[in-house]
Order: sequence, then structure tokens, then C-alpha cells
Amino acid sequence: MPNFEHPEYPEATLLHLESMVPCRESQVSSLLSIFGEVARSILCIWVDYRCSTKMFVLTNRLKTNLNLPHVFVNCVECFTSRLLLEEILTQLQSLSSEKKHGSHVPCDTFNDFVRLFKQEIITQDLQNQTVYIVLDKAEQLREMEANVLPGFLRLQEMTDRNVTVIFLSEIVWELFRPNTGCLEPFTLYFSDYSIGNLQKILSHYHPPEYSADFYAAYINILLGVFYTVCRDLKELRHLAALNFTKYCEPVVRGEANERDTRRLWKNIESHLKKAMQTVYLREISSSQWERIQKDDGEPGHLKGLSAHAHVELPYYSKFLLIAAYLASYNPARTDKRFFLKHHGKIKKTNFLKKHEKTSNHLLGPKPFPLDRLLAILYSIVDNKVAPTANIFSQITSLVTLQLLTLVGHDDQLDGPKYKCTVSLDFIRAIARFRLKKVYYDTYNTPKIT
Amino acid sequence: TAVRFVNKKCYIRARFVYIYLSFCLTDYFSQGKNDSEDSGLRFATCQLLWKQINSETEKIQEELNKQLFDNLIHFLRQSHSELQTKKTEWMCRMKSSEIPTAALVLGVNVTDHDMTFKSLSEVLQDNVTPYVVSLQAKECPGIKHLLQKLMGQLMDCNVDVDSSEEEECVNISQKKIRCSMASLSKWYESVTKKTDSETPSKKRTSSSRHWQSPPIVVIFKDMESFTTKVLQDFIVISSQHIREFPLVLIFGIATSPMIIHRLLPHSVSSLLCIELFQSLSCKEHLATVIDKLLLTTQFPFKLSEKVLQVLINIFLYHDFSVQNFIKGFQLSIVEHFYSQPLSVLCCQLLEAKKRVNSLSHNQCENIRSLPSFRRYVESQVSEKQIALLTEDSFLKEVTQTLLEDLHIYHENYFTVLRCLHVFTTSLPKYPLGKQIRELHCACLGKSVWETEEYESAIQLLRMLAKDELVAILQKCAEIFISSSGKQFSNTVEKLEEFLARFQNLEAETSEVQDVSVSSQKELQKTTDLYHLQKTLLALKESKRSKKLTKFEMLRFEVVDFIDSLVRSYLAPAEMQTLNEVVYFNTANTLREHLNAAPRIALHTALNNPYCYLKNQTLKSDVGCISNTAPDICIVYKLHLECGRLINLVDWLEAFSTVVTAVEGTDPDAVATDQVDEIIHARFIRAVSELELLGFIKPSKQKTDHVARLTWGGC
Repeated sequence: MPNFEHPEYPEATLLHLESMVPCRESQVSSLLSIFGEVARSILCIWVDYRCSTKMFVLTNRLKTNLNLPHVFVNCVECFTSRLLLEEILTQLQSLSSEKKHGSHVPCDTFNDFVRLFKQEIITQDLQNQTVYIVLDKAEQLREMEANVLPGFLRLQEMTDRNVTVIFLSEIVWELFRPNTGCLEPFTLYFSDYSIGNLQKILSHYHPPEYSADFYAAYINILLGVFYTVCRDLKELRHLAALNFTKYCEPVVRGEANERDTRRLWKNIESHLKKAMQTVYLREISSSQWERIQKDDGEPGHLKGLSAHAHVELPYYSKFLLIAAYLASYNPARTDKRFFLKHHGKIKKTNFLKKHEKTSNHLLGPKPFPLDRLLAILYSIVDNKVAPTANIFSQITSLVTLQLLTLVGHDDQLDGPKYKCTVSLDFIRAIARFRLKKVYYDTYNTPKIT
Repeated sequence: TAVRFVNKKCYIRARFVYIYLSFCLTDYFSQGKNDSEDSGLRFATCQLLWKQINSETEKIQEELNKQLFDNLIHFLRQSHSELQTKKTEWMCRMKSSEIPTAALVLGVNVTDHDMTFKSLSEVLQDNVTPYVVSLQAKECPGIKHLLQKLMGQLMDCNVDVDSSEEEECVNISQKKIRCSMASLSKWYESVTKKTDSETPSKKRTSSSRHWQSPPIVVIFKDMESFTTKVLQDFIVISSQHIREFPLVLIFGIATSPMIIHRLLPHSVSSLLCIELFQSLSCKEHLATVIDKLLLTTQFPFKLSEKVLQVLINIFLYHDFSVQNFIKGFQLSIVEHFYSQPLSVLCCQLLEAKKRVNSLSHNQCENIRSLPSFRRYVESQVSEKQIALLTEDSFLKEVTQTLLEDLHIYHENYFTVLRCLHVFTTSLPKYPLGKQIRELHCACLGKSVWETEEYESAIQLLRMLAKDELVAILQKCAEIFISSSGKQFSNTVEKLEEFLARFQNLEAETSEVQDVSVSSQKELQKTTDLYHLQKTLLALKESKRSKKLTKFEMLRFEVVDFIDSLVRSYLAPAEMQTLNEVVYFNTANTLREHLNAAPRIALHTALNNPYCYLKNQTLKSDVGCISNTAPDICIVYKLHLECGRLINLVDWLEAFSTVVTAVEGTDPDAVATDQVDEIIHARFIRAVSELELLGFIKPSKQKTDHVARLTWGGC
């Protein structure tokens, strides 16, 4: 017996449906109850889903299985309202006709859309059915013209047809609610999969060569490692596929049989942990990971992306960057003390102002003017630096490399201000000399335990 | 403020100079000197030489990039095949389809990247796929622009594949191009279908080079400058269509691959299958360029030590750009051929000898006035001196032999230099530099054997272990054999003899080795130079008391032999007669052109107008303010004496005092408070000019005051 019950659909369809969307029984049945009544129309459904549980796959499958007329649009892909509306109309055209791609319909405004939509419903002979429009990544609608989202919310009212709009989004409805013309949608929440659900779903797709139990044991180990960091079904499935050959190795070689869980666990556990640090973070690519497995090599010798953190810079660029860093994190007040040879005595009590007791690092970089940067540069470079055009062009190239950022507008020639965006580690790597002497925060280390 | 403003101007001027140099060279040459000095021929020689050098640099670049490009093509091939045929059905279904991405780390020398990308897309278009798109961040502020650019470039390359009828269709589609991925995949489908059906007829040749369904390669030239949103959107959209057409991304990264993680959140980067590729470091690139362009007799033109130092300094201190280095080299070629009339002889030896015969009298006089030639004349006997100074034909004969000597000097020089470099790179701490360019600079400038560094190098050489020494000697022998000069046959023989003697030593008692090995060990323990020298001295003394072993004697002999080679062949270029013909010497001009100092130039112009205007009346002492100077100079000098805020009234008074003193009007008129209207106007104009140049700006702190923006010496 299927978990879902619906008078209008044959049992076989429902059973099939259940196998397609495991662990979503309650949501599916509520969706079914909405979809089922052909004549009655729900205005809008707002579906909330987090952790990309492939919601759109779900609704899509529902639709295709139940044979409902629907249009499916991704809002990221259709990045302007015009593209979005045209895409809907084109898909609508191809709903009943055999043509795979409908002809292109020019549609500039929402008004046109409503008119063309009505026409299309008639030509497609869909008056008696409810048409579903699914908008994936609906949060993008906020970036479009102000009338698009309210327009879709009231689409039924405006077209006077049976139409249901389903918004799929990762963000709660409350963050969307437009100021005017809004019609409250029916909201449906999809909770995260629990570990049990994940286990069930992942084991469902076991490879044909191996038994379901064997694969389930593997999934169990996999989830034990990855569940703490990743609950994305798609990603987990990908990781499972990547590492499965390694898991099977002892069995293939005949060293262990399929039930020898302990040995298999020993074989795979460290491997999975390594995968978590590398493949999962995309430090090394999946294909590289597969190649390593094939060659049975240690992944240690293949360096990830972060291992290549060192950046080689020209001599003056290094000093410019150091100067920028100092200017960003030292208060301007202290420059005299650090960079002047005869700065006189400054009492330490006065030197440290109370509100500056928090580490400058926690506050982030502060903008500084060009003059200050150059003044610090002159004082930290041992020999005399001529202010040549090359020095200034180096500042600009540091900005294009995103090591500095320009504060304010590009066109401002008058007193440009910069911020240094690199981390202390980066600066330490390029500044071989001791930064400590000229670095304010060392006087002022935060007390974090 | 002033700096940035002037900076732009300066940059524009620098560009202009380049353009000017490349387009108006002929005029430039013939204007400079009259035709008796072969300006036309010099120009032709210069052009020819540059052409050769340019093609050589391109060849070098190609060779250096070959490895990287091969790796990339291999990657493209692999990523592509994976999309086509998956090993197991199940794996294929389970794995999420990632977009294959190559992270190409190219280093911070952004100016060189254009060349690399250009040749990369050419290579890809030749070998892999016609669909190569390169995108720049400034062209793509939004996802819409990015797709527009992408589709525009793709459709364009479609035109290449097909001829006329396709063009019309493109024109139409260009008008109402729908910039969505769906239309892109539709386009791809149609294109691949078309080429498949067309293969039998005309497309045979081109499609055989490309793969069956060629991937679309999108190159992001400057990854750092792209905004996160654009990149994210693009990746998310295209990942949904990856099954429909094979897309490959190439990220051009200047800093470090960490930037990918900084720009893309995990949800997006998990859609990519990123592999890292690293290009050759720019320093290695420079080393190859120097090796192939400068340390060779292939090109007659040479750089003097100072000029080379300027170019290398700009490279190391400022930009790391090999392109700029080559541009600087080009500039020095042009400068040399322009300013040195005798550069007409700066060509291949045979040609130069021919040209000597047809030199005009004027040119002969030019030869006589060369400092190196004068030195040469003075060293000759008196009859010959007279002949050299009076008879043109005799002079020409001598010049021919001198040119030949110079050529031979170069041949020997580079061979011995490489040989010495082999020795010095094996030393701890590299007293003569690690790179051959440093050694070259040291030898070019002065007699290298007189320097302290050379002394310590030789001392260290005397302590080399046997196997090291043998390896080095073998390398040296190879260098000498491969060199073209015939005069090294003796040297090669000598080296081989040394090697044979080392072989014989091995057969003898091992006792000898023990000593040297122990001393060697001691040396390896000591790391810094000071201690090393100390132990060295101690060793020396202990050795003196002992009798030298056979190995040590042989080692001394070898080192002395090398020393004698250096002394006889690595004499500085300046000592060579007629070196001015092939060496470009004026480092100052080059520095002024390549490493301009706008602020200093501006200060000099305002502070000492004579420097640029060359008007005798402007010549004045440093301290005082000349009255004939342009108004802006007077105003500038007066403002230098002020503090942060300048009172306009005081300034005007000072100005009018200076100006009226010039004009010599009677003092009674000045005594009245009223300032002449014209002077007032001139003052206002000068002040606003200063404001335009960015030296002052209006201040809101005090009325009638302006704020100074520059400080201190420049």
C-alpha cells in the first residue's frame, strides 16, 4: 500500500512516486492534496527549503508523474524579468504540442505577459485544468522589477484562469514580502533530512553489482564521517560514488568478504577523513582524487589549492603591501612613534587609549590616504625610494590583484583612500623581517581564551 | 593628489613615446643627424636587428609555454572524454556532473598575461576546439554582459567555420540575441550537428584537428577582478546545462589559487572540478631571455653593465614583467642606433667589415674620437699613431681587424662566463651571485678578479670535494666543446687531462681522501661565511705544515687554471677597443624613459625653469627667486616657504613684491597698499594653475586660506 492516498490517481502511480521521493511523505501528501483538485485552485504556494534538498526535482517528479500541465523556470538563469516571462510563455507553448521548443514570443512587460498567457491557455485548450508555474530560486525575483513578484502572486486574479504559481526558495517568505500588492501565499516548509533519512535515501541507490546491505554499511560509515560537515544530499551522493571503489578494494582482492565490516571500516576510515579535507573542500578535484585512488598513491604528495598560498611580488610591491598593512591596522596616531627616529618619549599609559584596547584585527582594516602609505613606505625601505611612476602604477596593480582595495569611487583623483585586504599570515610570509617593532597590535594583544 | 594627476599625464606621454618610436622612426633617425652618418643604413640595420630579436623572443616564449599548454590540452582532452564515456553506469549517475575547471596561476606580472592568453587561445583553437572565448572582468560587470560577450564571441567564431550564408544568419541572430544558456545549448547542438553532416565535404581538414564534439572553453583572464556575483551566477547557470554541451572553464589567476575559495562559496565551488596549473615563474623566464638574447654572439648589439642593471632593477623592483624588459631592450636598441653614428657597424661581422670600407671621412673622424680608440692609438708606436690619425684607408684596415678582435672577445667571453658560472653556482652562499646575469654584470663592469667576491669565491673553490670538482670539470669541458670558438681546443685538452688525472688519483691510496673528506665534513658543518673562512684559514695553516696531498695539488692546479682563464678572457667590455660600436651605454636616458619620476620633474620645472626653458635670463642661484621666471614658478617658490595653510593676502603681497621688483617700477607706487590689477589677475591665474596641478586646495578651515598638499623634498 502506498503511503499516499488519492482518489484520482491509480495506486501504481502513487507507489512509483513514493519510490522516487523517499522521506518526504508528509510534504508530498499535502502537495498532492493541493494538486489533486483540478477545478479548485490554490493561488500561490511558497515552498521553503533549506540545504538544497533538490526540491525542484521533487516537484518536477510530482508533476511529470501525475501528468499535470506545468512550466518550470529557474530564476537565476532568467536573470531579467523579460527573459523570465518569455521563457514561461515558450514553455507553455510546447506543453501540448509535440514541438520540443516553442517559437520565441516577445514579451516586454507584465501586462503583455498576462495577455499572452490568457491567449496561450485558450490555444492550448487548458481552460479546464490548472496550470502550474514553478519558479526555482525565487529569491532572485527580489532583484527584478518591483512588480514582478506581486504580479506572480496575483497571477490567478489577473488572468482569471486556473493557475498556480509555486515559488521554490531557500529563504523564508517573511524576507520577501513586498510592500504593496501582496497576496499571502500558502507556505510549505521542507525540513532538513535527518541522518536516518539520508541513510535511507543514499542506500536506496546502491550499485547493481553489490547488495543493498553492503552499500548501506558503506553509507553508514560515510555518514559517520561527513554528517557533521555536510548534509547536502547531492554532495553526499557524489562523495559516496567517489570513494566507493576504495571501499570495495578488499572485497575485490578477496581479502575480506562483504560482511567483514570491521576490516572494511579500517580500510576506508582514514581515506574518508582525507577526502573530507581535500575533495570535499575542492582543494583537489574529483578527477584528481579518482586518479590517486587508481594509482593507489598517497594523496599527501598532491598539494591542494591552499598549499599554493605564497605570492611572489616585486621588491617595492612587497614593501608597499607591508606599508599598506601597517597603515590599515596601526592607528595613525602611532605612526610618529613607530616610524620616526626621534619621536621623543611617549608614555605607555597615554599611548594606549582605552577604546583601542580591542585588537585592531577584530575591527578589520581601516582606510588610509595615499600620502600616509607613501610616508610609511619611505620609512620602512632602507634606501631612498624615488617616487617614480612605477611606484604609483604598482599601487594600482595591487588594487587590481585585490590585495588592496580602493575606498570610495574610482574616479576620485583627489586624495584616494585604500584598504589593505590581506591577512597577517600573508604579510608575515612576505615580510621576513620582524614586523613586531612597528606593529601596534603586539602591544595590545587581545585576551581571547 | 598631484601625483596621481600627473601620473596619468606621464603615463599618456610614455605611451605616446612608444607609439612615436614605432611609427615615426624613419623621421626620427634622419632628423637627428645628417646623412653623412648613414642614418638610413642605421635605421635599416636597427629594424632588421629588432625583427630578428623579436622573432627570437617569440620563439623563446613558445618554448617556455609549451609544457604548460600541453598539460592544459591533456586536461581538456581528459575532462572531455570523461563526460562522454563513463566507466560504469552507476558511477555516472551518482556523481554530480562538475564543470571541469583549470586554475591557471600565472604570477603577478599582469602585463605578460595578455601574450600568454593570446597564444593559449591560438593553441587551443588550432588543436582542440574552435570555440574559445576569453573574458575580461571589465567587460562583464553583470551576468547579462558576460553572456552577451560569450555568445557574441562564439557566434563570431561560427562565421569562421562557414562562409557567406552563415553570416547573414549571424547578423540576424545578433540583433535579437537571447542571452540565455538555453539558446546557447541550442546553438551548440545545431553547430555540432551541422559539422557532422558536413564533414565529408569541405570541413574535413579543420574538423580532423578538432575533436568530435569540441568543448566550449571559457577563459576568465583576470579572475581577481571579477565580481563574486557574476561568477557565481554564471557557474550556477552553466552547471545546469553541462550535460547539454561540454563546457570547460579556465581561470587566469595572478595571485594564488586561494582566491577561488575567496570568491566562491562552497555551494558554488562544489559545482567545479578544479585542477591547478602553474606557469613558469617570471624569473626563470627572464633568465632564459637574458641567456638567449644577451649572452650570445648571435646578435651584435650588447648592453653595458649599467644599462643592464637598470633593466634588471626595473624588473625585480617594480613589475616582474618580461614584456617590459624586452620593451626596454628595444628602446635601448633604438636609442643606440639613433645616438651613436658608428652603430652602423653594429651588425654581423662580415657585413660590418664591408661597411667599414664605405665609411665616410666624417665617420672616420667619429672613430678617431672614440675614447677606446684613443686609448688604443696611444698604445701604438708613433709612426702608426700618425698613420691612424691621418690616413682614412689605414684606419679602415685597422678597424676591420679591431672589429674581428671584438667579435672573438665576445665568443670567448660568453664561453668562459658560462664555465665560471658552473663553478660559482656550486659554492655555498654564492659570493658571485646565483644567476648568470649577476656574474655577467660583475664581469662587464670591472675586472672581476680584482673584487673581494672573486677572491672569496676562488678560496672556496680551493676547498671543493673531489666528486663535485670532477662533475664541474666535465660540465665545463662540455661547454667548451659546444662553443664555436676554435681557440679552446687547448683548453679542452687541458681539462680532459685534469679529468684523467683525477681518475688516476682514485686508483692511488685512499689515505689522501680521508683527510680531504674530513675537512670537507668540517666545512659542511659550518654554515656561515665568517666561520667558513676561519676554518679555511686554520686548514690552510695546518696544510702548510703538512705536505700537500696529490689531490690537493691537483685541485690547486685546476683552480689556478680557471683563474688564468678568467683573467685572460673575462676582461671588462669597456677595455675593449671599439666597444662603443656595439655597447649601449647611456643608462640615464633609459632610466628617464622607463622609470619616469613625474613628481621630481614637476618640481624641477617649477623650481628651476631654466632646466627646461633654457633661457639665459632664468639662470639663477638656488636660493633666490628669479623675477623673470614665469608667474607660476614664482608662486610655487613662495608657497614652498609656507606652512600647511597659506594666507592668500600675504601670498599676493609677496608675489607683487617679487614681480614689481623685476619690472623696476618706482618704489613709491609699490608702497601704496593697492596692488596693480594686472598683477592681481596674474597671481590668481598662477594660483589656480597650482591648484590644477594639485599642489594646493581651497580650505574651509579659515577664510582666505588655501591648504598645501605636498611636503618635503621630492
